[in-house]
Amino acid sequence: MTTPMPKLANTDPAKKQSLVDSLRAFLPSASVLYSDEELKPYECDGLSAYRQVPLVAVLPETVEQVQHILRLCSARKVPVVARGAGTGLSGGALPLADGVLLGLAKFNRILEIDPVKRIARVQPGVRNLAVSQAAAPHALYYAPDPSSQIACSIGGNVAENAGGVHCLKYGLTVHNILKLEVVTIDGELITIGADGLDSPGYDLLALMTGSEGMLGVIVEVTVRLLPQPESAQVILAAFDDIENAGSAVAHIIGAGIIPAGLEMMDKPAIRATEDFVHANYPTDAEAMLLCEVDGTSAEVAEQIARVEDVLNSCGATEIRRASDEQERMVFWSGRKAAFPAVGRISPDYYCMDGTIPRRRLSKVLTRIGQLSEEYGLRIVNVFHAGDGNLHPLILYDANKPGELERTEELGGKICQLCVEVGGTITGEHGVGVEKIDQMCVQFDKSELTQFHAVKHAFDPDGLLNPGKGVPTLRRCAEFGAMHVHGGKLPHADLPRF
Amino acid sequence: MTLESKDIEAIVRAAAAEAAPLRIRGGDTKAFYGRQTNGQLLDVSGHAGIISYEPTELVITARAGTRLKDIEAALAESDQMLSFEPPHFGDGATLGGAVASGLSGPARPYTGALRDFLLGVVCINGAGERLSFGGQVMKNVAGYDISRLMAGAMGTLGVMLELSLKVLPKPTCELTLAFAVDAATAIATTAKWAAQPLPFSAACHDGEILRVRLSGSESGVNAAHQKIGGEEVADGDSYWQALREHRLPYFSNTQPLWRLSVPATTPATSINGQWILDWGGAQRWCVSDIPADLIRQQASSVGGHAILFRGGDRTSEVFHPLPAPLVTLHRRLRDAFDPKKILNPGRLYRDL
Repeated sequence: MTTPMPKLANTDPAKKQSLVDSLRAFLPSASVLYSDEELKPYECDGLSAYRQVPLVAVLPETVEQVQHILRLCSARKVPVVARGAGTGLSGGALPLADGVLLGLAKFNRILEIDPVKRIARVQPGVRNLAVSQAAAPHALYYAPDPSSQIACSIGGNVAENAGGVHCLKYGLTVHNILKLEVVTIDGELITIGADGLDSPGYDLLALMTGSEGMLGVIVEVTVRLLPQPESAQVILAAFDDIENAGSAVAHIIGAGIIPAGLEMMDKPAIRATEDFVHANYPTDAEAMLLCEVDGTSAEVAEQIARVEDVLNSCGATEIRRASDEQERMVFWSGRKAAFPAVGRISPDYYCMDGTIPRRRLSKVLTRIGQLSEEYGLRIVNVFHAGDGNLHPLILYDANKPGELERTEELGGKICQLCVEVGGTITGEHGVGVEKIDQMCVQFDKSELTQFHAVKHAFDPDGLLNPGKGVPTLRRCAEFGAMHVHGGKLPHADLPRF
Repeated sequence: MTLESKDIEAIVRAAAAEAAPLRIRGGDTKAFYGRQTNGQLLDVSGHAGIISYEPTELVITARAGTRLKDIEAALAESDQMLSFEPPHFGDGATLGGAVASGLSGPARPYTGALRDFLLGVVCINGAGERLSFGGQVMKNVAGYDISRLMAGAMGTLGVMLELSLKVLPKPTCELTLAFAVDAATAIATTAKWAAQPLPFSAACHDGEILRVRLSGSESGVNAAHQKIGGEEVADGDSYWQALREHRLPYFSNTQPLWRLSVPATTPATSINGQWILDWGGAQRWCVSDIPADLIRQQASSVGGHAILFRGGDRTSEVFHPLPAPLVTLHRRLRDAFDPKKILNPGRLYRDL
């Protein structure tokens, strides 16, 4: 693998036994897992290419227990990796051989739904979709909808600043939470954010969101609920040229329309999903757009008509409007099944997550196509086109020697490409262990040093999820990456595509 | 006078070497806000100009000294806007000052706060290092979110050079409606409406009248008007501007002005006379010279906080005191960005 596993440290059996004994002194014995069979299920998260059994796993049920665990780990200098549902795609919850895995699955209660204040107060292990389901009787919902929403937990959503299909209009996790209860590495319980719309001092709520479990352990989350839109309507448009599809995206937004969802798929993605779910997608098209608008019925009717005009003027070869709610669901079924559909046509796939300025789309896709040929690996593209978040899926076979390594190298090139055009290596999946080397491409030495200083302010001994998110300077030196800043390459006059 | 970023870097480096405090200033329109800070003046208003603006990307990048009105004019040419409606408090207000103060206007509860639209920042930390965080894309989870940390930090974490913000299309139709109701009714009614899918963009009760603004497409706005009723206000725009800029007669009082941020549904209080309940009740203005402790206690008791926004004693704490563990975190964070404490020392909190 191009990314070495976090180094193995001291796993002295006596030390392990002493830690287990200390944990069992205040935790029910069923909440302390330490045999190989018990630990095996925790060896990886959604990025299963990386596996590591933790030293010990604990499953506390109360905030006091979490505080106690962190105080103990802090005193013994044992690293701690927090884990929600384990659906993350960047290895952010990958355990450490010498560390405690802190599972928050038992924190699974919805504590409060207040339809007047329009908030939900939930424990971190509550599933994303469960919040919207609990709010539904009040015609309210929780907006961020990552594709794993049926399984992923709110605590993990905060740790990764999860997005979803609707974030162009409704924002990411950071835009939809009000307050966090967090346990620091010292075991202290702190409140970040407030019941009102802002709180005094620095914006620690923003800092904590997306911090990948490296600053504190989240034990409660208060989220905003929004009124369910009165109406939603979706259009499917086919294009015989990917550039036209990209230009249609720009023109829809240029026309002053903010769609609730705006998704693009390339030909391989259209074909793979059509074979899988039979959504009657246009399999001859080079690209396909799904554009959903929502709001009051009057607004939706007006905007859908304008979207159709724009699509026509941008050369769509076919435009279909879902005639009813059932057909709307069919239109979406293919897009939502895109990843499993790709799973059917390849033994393994590797999901990338770069964000780019939309205007660079066709150049980026062309270059990805070239890289695909160079590496002899097929790539399927699904794209949150509205906000520029690209998910190239690299198809590979882990059983073929060297293919995962080539895949990771190709993935690294795609990350670098995203930075070169002024984008970022990760839009919504996080850095974790997966993209830690690419951080050396996006940030220079002083910026990485600043990140480490922020980490130090919260966790001076570096015990919370060490080895994730921000690379050490030494690691970057070994990786030897060229730092690309704000799209300004050395020798910017040279063609790169 | 134009000012290059390398000049600013040099000034900060020199100040850091001598541990000499700097007082960062943009358009000098918000000097009244925050605590008094003493230090060598660092005027960054000369570091101005829009760097890039691509309407179809919904992103603008500008130097921190760029005047807000120039940015708003450029956006208006493409029928776009800063949806958080930052208060200017003066002609020369700059983008950097808006971000440093972190203030948002009447639309905040409905479209989001300044920090929600902040995508990237280039700044100089207290060691004089030029750093870039975030970027010009909507979704970005590489590294800690240091861009948003700058919002409302009052310049204590870095001298901002360049800022990238998400922008949105201007609504094609706006309508302001008035309702003669008391404060309790206004709070209950706006909460009830906000739980419905209606295109609200502002709601403010001034003690006698509740005004709400609807923004969106013409059909959507008209349908909502049908539903909620109310009397149409001619030139609603100037009301919301006057509210945002504190030009309503209420704000001309010379007594200290307090801002309370509380849950929107907090019951109205009759103490201290007249209040203005903006943000559907979530931001409350109160002109009063009652002791700070009393007003802060009142805000704390409902889960909110109080800021001595204008006037009063600017040498004592003006922002709501933090609980002890957060004080420690704030000190450590400040230390992480500005170990010599040279950037606007004391502007946010006395010991910060």
